[in-house]
Amino acid sequence: MTGKPLASIITAGMSKFGRFEGVYARELFVEAAKDAYEKCPNLNPKKDIKALIVGQMGESFEHQGHTGPTVADWVGLTPIPTMRTEAACSSSAVAIRAGIMAIMSGLYDVVMVGGVEKMTHRKTSDVTEYLAMACDYPFEQWQGATFPGLFAMVGRAHMHKYGTTEKQMALVAVKNHHHGAMNPKAHMQKEICLEDALSSRVVAWPLKLYDCSLITDGASCLILTKPEIAKRFTDTPVHIIGSGQASDTIGLYERENLTNLDAGRLAGEEAYKMAGATPNDIDVAEVHDCFTIAEIVAYEDLDFCEKGKGGCLIEDGQTGIDGKIAVNTSGGLKAKGHPVGATGTAQAYEVYLQLTEQAGKRQVKGAEIGLTHNIGGLGATGVVNIYKRG
Amino acid sequence: MKQVSETRPFTIDSFYKFVGEGKLMAVKCNHCGTVLLPPRPACSKCLSKDLKWIPIDNECKLLTYTMIHVSPKEFESNAPYALGIVKFEGGGQLLGMIRDIEPDKLQVGMPLKVDFEKPSILQQTASTQWPQWPRYYFKPL
Repeated sequence: MTGKPLASIITAGMSKFGRFEGVYARELFVEAAKDAYEKCPNLNPKKDIKALIVGQMGESFEHQGHTGPTVADWVGLTPIPTMRTEAACSSSAVAIRAGIMAIMSGLYDVVMVGGVEKMTHRKTSDVTEYLAMACDYPFEQWQGATFPGLFAMVGRAHMHKYGTTEKQMALVAVKNHHHGAMNPKAHMQKEICLEDALSSRVVAWPLKLYDCSLITDGASCLILTKPEIAKRFTDTPVHIIGSGQASDTIGLYERENLTNLDAGRLAGEEAYKMAGATPNDIDVAEVHDCFTIAEIVAYEDLDFCEKGKGGCLIEDGQTGIDGKIAVNTSGGLKAKGHPVGATGTAQAYEVYLQLTEQAGKRQVKGAEIGLTHNIGGLGATGVVNIYKRG
Repeated sequence: MKQVSETRPFTIDSFYKFVGEGKLMAVKCNHCGTVLLPPRPACSKCLSKDLKWIPIDNECKLLTYTMIHVSPKEFESNAPYALGIVKFEGGGQLLGMIRDIEPDKLQVGMPLKVDFEKPSILQQTASTQWPQWPRYYFKPL
């Protein structure tokens, strides 16, 4: 690994993910922040944290914009500078990148980055409509597209071109539920079997209910600092050694390539290059499994396998905790849950736990290098970060 | 009619005005020849603003599709419905509903053609919000 640390994670926090009636987003964020503070007794939050960047997808959920100052106040950090980042389901992965830039610029020594979304108090049809705002309005939403529908079309194209099967997609759900059952903070801590997944009701063929991630409430955060001073706060920092981001057309329909998500691939290439790493170096990865087909696509876009072979990789059991690369040990978006704005930092939270040996029953033995892959919308944003045990 | 089409601005709204007249129109860059569907005020390849409207042949090929069972509220009366992405011979791709076909007859690569909603269908499905564009859709040849 030749990549120099860009920034270091000195602690990370996550609220319980789930369905929380009568709780506001800002209150969930307090739970995540407290978790991070308690894991790092050498950090004096009020004195040390110089800026807060928070990812959130939509103000429609709580009729609340201006999320930066709102959560800063609730976690006791007013009057530090704060802002919100928005990149649909990758809003907080973009917050991590903004935090890296803030640290690397030299402007701040310690920055909190995080994400939050409160979704479950809305009706499913309203949530579907709000989430659809991340795809093209005039040529997709207006024509009757939904997010499951768009990913279903990626799935159908993948089946046609590579012979990927509904069973292979369902196996992603089975694996991630198996992992989620070992994560006390996951929304769904319950195993499912292949038959359950394959016989669940159709949402947008070929995707069925168990191919879809969960509508979830949750918050997560990381505290980043300059690598040179990380040991001042903790003996076990995690360094971010590569970071990439790319964009693609807002509409899926415009693309020549309908089987893969190029923004994720390009972000991965940039992150690998910066880290001086190859896919063979990765021990644990949290990838964007908003739908099961998206995890299969992610394997290919991240070069965990050849293009078109993602379905075989899951079928061969290569991405379980004891596999070649342990993917979505947290349960992924599928079982841990997908509070959209919180997902990017929640993926980094899991990698942080894995690289500091705090992942309990789902710990990957001796994990040294981790990766997060977060997709916004239908792949119009892709963010990949690579992490190394400090 | 030709003169009207030539003077419309190169916008999404103009595209849907043409759809309302039963016409599928794209924009062609006079500088580099790129076909822009949907239209854009400047060529996304060479950034030229030297553009013209061109008609798109209604025949197209189905690239991928889905059957939507869980739909947004305003499409509930249509569900389940087929939705697909098509490619046009002359360049450009669009997403839309596929009508007048049994789901098990749908096939990647099959030829389809574009048709346009009649105003009566539009009134049943259109939202009361902005905008009130007419819709195109695809059907078997």
